[in-house]
Amino acid sequence: MIRKVSQHVNQNEGLIFEKSSPGKKAYRLPPLDVPEIDPGKLLGEHAREDLGLMPEISEIEIIRHFTRLSTWNYAIDLGMYPLGSCTMKYNARVNEFVARLEGLGNAHPYQPEKISQGALAILKLLSECLCEITGMETITLQPAAGAHGEFTGILLIRAYHESKGNPRRKIIIPDSAHGTNPATAAICGYEIINLKSNSEGMVDVSLLAQLVDDTVAGMMLTNPSTIGVFEKDIHRIADLLHDKGAMLYMDGANMNALVGKTRPGDFGVDVMHLNLHKTFSTPHGGGGPGSGPVACKKVFDSFLPTPVLTTRPDGKLGFEYNRPQSIGRVRAFYGNFGMFVRALAYIFANGPDGLRQTTEDAVLNANYIRKKLEGAYELPYKTGSMHEVVFSDRLQTQNGVKTGDIAKRLIDYGFHPYTTSFPLIVPGALMIEPTESESKEELDLFIDAMKSIAREAQEDPQLVVSAPHNTRVARLDETTAARKPTLRWRPEQSEARRPAAVVKPELVETR
Amino acid sequence: MRYLPKSPTDREQMLREIGVSSIDEFFAAIPAEYRLKRDLKVPRQMSESEIIDYFRQRSQENAAGYAVFLGAGAYHHYRPVIIDALVQRGEFLTSYTPYQAEITQGTLQAIFEFQTMICELTGMDIANASMYDGSTGAAEAILMAMRVTGREHSVIAKTVHPEYREVIHTYLHHRGLPMVTVGYAEESGAINLDELDRAITSDAACVLIQSPNFLGSVEDVAAIAEIAHNKGALLVVSIAEALSLGIVKPPAEADIVSLEAQSFGVPLGFGGPYDGVLAAKEKYVRQMPGRLVGETKDKNGKRGYVLTLSTREQHIRREKATSNICTNQALVALMSTIYMDVYGREGLKELATQNLAKAHYAANQFGKKATILFPKAKRFNEFVVQTKQDPHGANDRLLEKKIIGGLPLKRFYPELGNAALWCCTEMNTREQIDAALEAVQA
Amino acid sequence: MAFPADYRYTREHEWIKVDGNQASIGITDYAQNSLGDIVFVELPKVGDELTAGKTFGTVESVKAVSELYAPASGKVVAVNENLATAPERINSDAHGAWMIKIALSNTGEVNKLLSSADYEKYVKEEGGH
Repeated sequence: MIRKVSQHVNQNEGLIFEKSSPGKKAYRLPPLDVPEIDPGKLLGEHAREDLGLMPEISEIEIIRHFTRLSTWNYAIDLGMYPLGSCTMKYNARVNEFVARLEGLGNAHPYQPEKISQGALAILKLLSECLCEITGMETITLQPAAGAHGEFTGILLIRAYHESKGNPRRKIIIPDSAHGTNPATAAICGYEIINLKSNSEGMVDVSLLAQLVDDTVAGMMLTNPSTIGVFEKDIHRIADLLHDKGAMLYMDGANMNALVGKTRPGDFGVDVMHLNLHKTFSTPHGGGGPGSGPVACKKVFDSFLPTPVLTTRPDGKLGFEYNRPQSIGRVRAFYGNFGMFVRALAYIFANGPDGLRQTTEDAVLNANYIRKKLEGAYELPYKTGSMHEVVFSDRLQTQNGVKTGDIAKRLIDYGFHPYTTSFPLIVPGALMIEPTESESKEELDLFIDAMKSIAREAQEDPQLVVSAPHNTRVARLDETTAARKPTLRWRPEQSEARRPAAVVKPELVETR
Repeated sequence: MRYLPKSPTDREQMLREIGVSSIDEFFAAIPAEYRLKRDLKVPRQMSESEIIDYFRQRSQENAAGYAVFLGAGAYHHYRPVIIDALVQRGEFLTSYTPYQAEITQGTLQAIFEFQTMICELTGMDIANASMYDGSTGAAEAILMAMRVTGREHSVIAKTVHPEYREVIHTYLHHRGLPMVTVGYAEESGAINLDELDRAITSDAACVLIQSPNFLGSVEDVAAIAEIAHNKGALLVVSIAEALSLGIVKPPAEADIVSLEAQSFGVPLGFGGPYDGVLAAKEKYVRQMPGRLVGETKDKNGKRGYVLTLSTREQHIRREKATSNICTNQALVALMSTIYMDVYGREGLKELATQNLAKAHYAANQFGKKATILFPKAKRFNEFVVQTKQDPHGANDRLLEKKIIGGLPLKRFYPELGNAALWCCTEMNTREQIDAALEAVQA
Repeated sequence: MAFPADYRYTREHEWIKVDGNQASIGITDYAQNSLGDIVFVELPKVGDELTAGKTFGTVESVKAVSELYAPASGKVVAVNENLATAPERINSDAHGAWMIKIALSNTGEVNKLLSSADYEKYVKEEGGH
């Protein structure tokens, strides 16, 4: 039944420090063309003598080290990566190519504006495209990631209310929200009002109506919600807030369900962030870098972080720093420029028709999975899905198999797991977001695997709860890792210095 | 559309199997008045060659092939070719945060190696898996110091990167957390120790300094630590030029170090993405923001790595988390990891020494024609040049020779008059330095 | 699952054992069982004042954090330092692994807490959800 994977040589590899020995080198500097100096004389007591355990290693060893490590990772390039909320879509290689062009990749952030017009033109065009896609009127590209965008957006809302004389005290957040939302509201100095979802997993409008008053600065809403459903009452939600002078913030994590089909600015959102590393295909890179532009309505323009892009009277582009009402900077320089280049290249590759088709395919894929897996897995909310579908492990827990176990077993079938145990409103959630990047063939393989695991959970639950069985390492002891944290290497931890035993290859554990 | 792996027949078949007649049925929940009934006004779909042409043209409108004497938080160092060869492997590039440890050991082990090397270089016990950049890292370090001490004031050197200070101000002032700024000594450009001592009250959570500081001066970390610790405040040291650690003593007396590791193999890239990282004393680990990778074993006793102490983070602790950070700079941290491996124990020192020599030569030469401020400063690769005329004029002349001169400081430090901050790295040849000098004196 | 009879219990799954004017406080066997492997406890300092019903610390497993709620008001007179290095003691002996001892400011508060039998009943109902 396991159609996607087979055994594959997976080489053992120690830590880089365990390969180090004095005198090995992977570099050579050009000869010094200025007089030599004595660091001890120039720096005095501040001069450093030794760099401790930093490795000494050759170039081929570095190449092999990281190449071997790379083979221990799963990646979009290897197959479907259906992590809900993370939008693991194809990362086009042309994006990497253009981001590394000499004049862009090597541009110093403080080089004079007259020799930065190319970079500034990219900022301008991307800003215009993102405003058009979101239906917003102004934007800052400065935030470095989604959570950083949330921080910026909530500060904008705070600054707006302050300009009216009162920053207000509370932010309303649905219980289905990402953890970054309450964490953000807290670091912006707001009290969090937790909004319980209704029986359909959506915003309970009547409950919201009771909570909104003039102490509420705004609401942070993810739309489509984290169960992948469009808030059909979005109009009423926006009106309820606006009637009391509160603002609607949208977490743009799920924008991949909307691009080209509807625009948050049109349906009442005041401020939102985008995750360029989700919707606009900049690579996740093992956890970052991201980029979290914040798009908003015109009333927030004067509060945007400094500097803002401006067109000078002579038509040249430049940065404007004198912005007395600004919330201030949220990052040094102008943001993750390299991600802007990639995101714009993605927009070019798609065009308006491709962006719309992308959204449609993402939604089609999620609904295809939903249709094929409903019954094998419990669907806690029956409302129509958009780009992701959330099942629960209720049917499997009867045999002691939980969402985390199913996820680990999925690894054996050659897939990255879906998002487990989120959103919190679905006990034992399986949150599946296929994205548009999956062919029907790959989806069918995934569906086969999930159905097969559902059968295993009935017939041989032990097989599932002890998974994964085919990985290089088995389930790791996270308890000891947290009780007695070892967060760095020291020579006494070394494994590699043991004398090597000669073992025939067929006896070596290869996975 | 070339990124979409479906034929029209596939789509039709899938719709049929789902049992709907048209894709629009899935979008029915969107109220009709909000459905977009037109094309987005974005550029039309382009071929790959057109995309490359567009960015080539933009690249050519930007400076390319110039000699760069700018530093100020973004440093022009050589990037070994193997960095991009390795980080563009799809297994690193297109992988997510390593929550599923069994199939992300590559990323996890690389981060563990990164954490170890950052500890070695900074003299700290623990380091996290990265922060957005040096500016937000410094702000997070201050918030961390507040959690550790239970105090709410911070004391910040005026010689911390001005844009870092702006970011810190944004993080603090909306919550009513006070910060005071301490000036620098005229002779050395280093923090004014007497003023510092007076500025630290019993409410001070921490002192934040940068070393080498924005004006290029290496700070006396041990002396500053003593002053801070005497008043119960922590010392946070921000390092914007990571390569300085190859030849400058690590700030081992600090409690928290906020490092911008861009110098380690990260392209200048018009300001980002860069590579912030926090390192600290072990006892503060539970107040550390960001991800941490720890070593452990699997059930068969095999060594492996996991994300650990996650209860500090937003996805578990929500509004009570140490920070709202989620996405970090993992791939950029991988660039730095490879860079540190390439140069290693000897190379970082040799490279740092070359930087020191180039900057020393340049400062000496410039000193013959202009004033080098802060004569008593111990410096790494940056120095401040004061001229009779506004440095913008000289910089304009330099641009004609394809040289980007030092950063005029009037915007940040008006009291320094016609001053500019120059940086020399291993990338600046003697020829370039001599050519720059000619324009400055012209 | 154990429910010692000489202890009193909260609905948040703390236990309290009174000894004269002093009392020991910990979490129940049921609580440790539902949390799983405990990796860290954050406790107040000696001298801190506790208010009944308010939080006084946290207990962490690998992927969850739970607040600890004071069963009664009083001043902390002792903290179980062993738990800092060996939090697993809570898993192996929840009712023996006391976290803090307090000097009760109002012994009457304890009488309002659940008895062993009531707590056992409460837990059964909660577990049935």
